[in-house]
Amino acid sequence: MYKLQLCLRYLRTRWIAMASIVSVMLGVATMIVVNSVMAGFATEMRERIHGILADIVVETHTLDGDPDAAARMQEIQEVAGNYVEAMTATVEVYGMISFKYRGQVITRPVTLIGIDPETKGAVSPLVTNLTSFTSGRRMGLALEDDANIGCRVAGVLSGSSADTGGIHAGDRITGCNGTAVQDTRELASRLKNAVDQKAIELDIIRDGQPLTLELPVPRPTWNLTADAREHRRAIIELERRRLEWNQPQDIVPAGGTQAAPQPTPPDLNTPPGSQPSPLTPPPSFETIPPPARDFSTPGTPAPLGSDVADLSDPLPARVYLGAGLIEFPIEDKKTGEIRIERMVLSGEDVRITTVSAGRPPEPRHFTATVVDVFKSGMSEYDSNLVFCNLEELQQTRGMIDPSTGDRAVTSIQVKLKNFEDAETVVERLRAAFPAHIYSVRTWQQKQGPLLAAVELETGILNILLFLIITVAGFGILAIFYMIVVEKTRDIGILKALGASRRGIMSIFLGYGLALGVVGSGVGVLLGLVFVHYINQIEDGITWMLGRKVFDETIYYFPEIPTAVNPLTVGWVALGAIAIAVLASILPARRAAKLHPVQALRYE
Amino acid sequence: MRTPQPIPRDASQQARDAWATATSAPVTTEPASPPQQPNRSEKASRLGCVALEKSYRKGDLVIPVLRGVDLEVTSGEFLSVSGQSGSGKSTLLHVLGLLDAPNVGEVHCDGRRIDNLTEPKRDELRNQNFGFIFQSYHLLPELTLLENVVAPLAIRFSTLRWWSQRKAIHERASEIIEKVGLGHRIKHRPSELSGGEMQRAAIARALIGQPRVLLADEPTGNLDSATGQEIMALLASLNEVQQLTIIMVTHDERIACQAHRIVRLAEGRVETVNQAA
Ligand SMILES: Nc1ncnc2c1ncn2[C@@H]1O[C@H](COP(=O)(O)OP(=O)(O)OP(=O)(O)O)[C@@H](O)[C@H]1O
Ligand SMILES: [Mg+2]
Repeated sequence: MYKLQLCLRYLRTRWIAMASIVSVMLGVATMIVVNSVMAGFATEMRERIHGILADIVVETHTLDGDPDAAARMQEIQEVAGNYVEAMTATVEVYGMISFKYRGQVITRPVTLIGIDPETKGAVSPLVTNLTSFTSGRRMGLALEDDANIGCRVAGVLSGSSADTGGIHAGDRITGCNGTAVQDTRELASRLKNAVDQKAIELDIIRDGQPLTLELPVPRPTWNLTADAREHRRAIIELERRRLEWNQPQDIVPAGGTQAAPQPTPPDLNTPPGSQPSPLTPPPSFETIPPPARDFSTPGTPAPLGSDVADLSDPLPARVYLGAGLIEFPIEDKKTGEIRIERMVLSGEDVRITTVSAGRPPEPRHFTATVVDVFKSGMSEYDSNLVFCNLEELQQTRGMIDPSTGDRAVTSIQVKLKNFEDAETVVERLRAAFPAHIYSVRTWQQKQGPLLAAVELETGILNILLFLIITVAGFGILAIFYMIVVEKTRDIGILKALGASRRGIMSIFLGYGLALGVVGSGVGVLLGLVFVHYINQIEDGITWMLGRKVFDETIYYFPEIPTAVNPLTVGWVALGAIAIAVLASILPARRAAKLHPVQALRYE
Repeated sequence: MRTPQPIPRDASQQARDAWATATSAPVTTEPASPPQQPNRSEKASRLGCVALEKSYRKGDLVIPVLRGVDLEVTSGEFLSVSGQSGSGKSTLLHVLGLLDAPNVGEVHCDGRRIDNLTEPKRDELRNQNFGFIFQSYHLLPELTLLENVVAPLAIRFSTLRWWSQRKAIHERASEIIEKVGLGHRIKHRPSELSGGEMQRAAIARALIGQPRVLLADEPTGNLDSATGQEIMALLASLNEVQQLTIIMVTHDERIACQAHRIVRLAEGRVETVNQAA
């Protein structure tokens, strides 16, 4: 009984012990914060990888691919049909992309992925990774930052989903899917992380009245958005007029109305007066008519200078480019602000080089129109991937059997109804598909090294942080030693009153335990509170320092992601308590070993 | 004066055996004694030592402190040990109270050797049979007077038993504190008490476990003579009323002669034994 009493009494009267409580507390809090943020980042990253890769990928080892995709998908359906929710066939091949930027030709190596947007969108989120969607353009919204609150709707394309959804020009968007947004960048992050891939909810303020509107998430297509079309029209017009100037005899204007030869060379910076500027959205956005034709069936070429097709018609080959391929940040010399420079805009054409199927592989070139820019937040993907329409890629690479019309694919991506079944499905598919031709892997297995690296990183960080708590442990040891020395006489008194060695020892062990429990308890609380308010804290630090601590243009996260794992918290707390108890063993043993008479004589 | 509530002793029998075998009545069944009736008057329990030798070692140097001390106290006796400073009085008391082990010789209690018991048993025996009083009081500074007084019982009982009996314990403690005249100081810390009050608190603490022998090491050494006399009167009345065996170390002749018997230590030996008045 006296053990408990003295233990608590010492805890209350020895303020120096608070120092060790604080160090334990800080160690525990730091560990929880770091672990939560790391786990948050890892989870976010896994989600992003998962978003691109689909649950299970069946790949051929050869770039020639599997000659009959339909048959293979049929087979998968037979083997594991009741687990499968959706499937899509893709062609993955290496290639190069070239484009002109300020007079120079830039060439980059890429991974070319031929997809069918409809089925690919069913397997993994596709449209939310496209900037045409996150900027609101795909829904027909022209947005601009508003100094007051939220982002202002500058214009709404008539007939677009925003128009039918009831958004008017002049509305202010203040929230998306229940979270507040301050500016277009935040709205973009919210849209990108929209969990429900079917519809989004926008909180708007119209004439001072708050409203909530629901918009359908557009389905991924190979069509250009209205302003990308406008941009394309403008640059093609510009190009044509330049050609006319250089070789006025060769070009016979078919229509003859719009392209009369001009006596002076056209100014490259100002397109013809009737056309809007290619790089800025047209001022009369609301008045732009919807696309005249539906381009859901690509393949009809739009010959240059022909009066039959619209000037803005994209080429049959179309691509989504990874943002990292065509973007780079530049610092404004005057203001010091960093902005993102885009080398290629949607609606422009790029040149793609790849290899044909069959032996020997031969280089194949084609020109494709950039329909959209793809931004997943994983730089490995964003600076490497080019999504292309599957049919065109198959055609260019000679993957279509001329006799049967069978189309070859190199991989089939499968989405499961329940990812927990992945192991079973992988096993079944491995049994069904010969291993020397196909590899069957989950997305995790495919990204094994990266995920393992993150885990290793977390592990090392944890070890280092735990060393901090160990340092706190040594602090406890030193302070306890002092307390034992200070309490020598009292220990002698307790012995004279009949306290046993074990009793004395347990006073100090209990003391250590109490320090550990209090320290890690407060530390856990502190850590959890910090994690909970981490974004507010970040805002506060940003405000204090005057510059952004956590730049979302670098990390692509709207806010610092966190994930609290109760098991980790439990282990950290337990570890800290264990260290506190371990550190008190030595002083406790010393106390227990004190000779009662010598302790009593001690003054 | 009210009948003191009997405080149940610890159930463990081993420690008690050292005492109980010699006496016919087991301690546990000790009846609530009527007032004025000494607790253990009928029992001839004796504490003693035979050929006790104790020396301290300082490197190669051996400092003999006790060189063959034979001593015996019978139950209810008030013995005082006097002698020059450094003659080994405190050491003798410590050895008798099992706080220290002798190099040679034996400590007996009721005919049983107790100095060679295992440590846990000696701790238990000390808790139950000896009450210590020190010159500089030795109260625990973090605890209040009441908590200090009940400390021996807190050590004796497990937490569970403590809680189930805390009422009886506190009642008894208040009674004893009342008896030593500190009823108005129950909630005070030792630092808020005078020397005499602290010594009374120490006496109350020594008494609460119902010990058989009170070992007092210069209980009046730090007090002025009037306060010392008060303490002596308290001890004398305890000895008389409750027939408590007291061994008291002092070098004050006037204090020493208030005991039944005086043992004089010199150079580690018992020099003279005076039968006091
Ligand atoms: N730990 C030790 N190491 C060496 N010598 C010691 C030790 N403890 C005590 N002594 C010596 O033992 C002798 C006896 O000490 P003790 O305290 O028993 O004397 P005392 O008779 O009680 O004296 P006083 O009247 O001053 O209290 C002293 O000479 C002391 O120096
Ligand atoms: Mg002494």
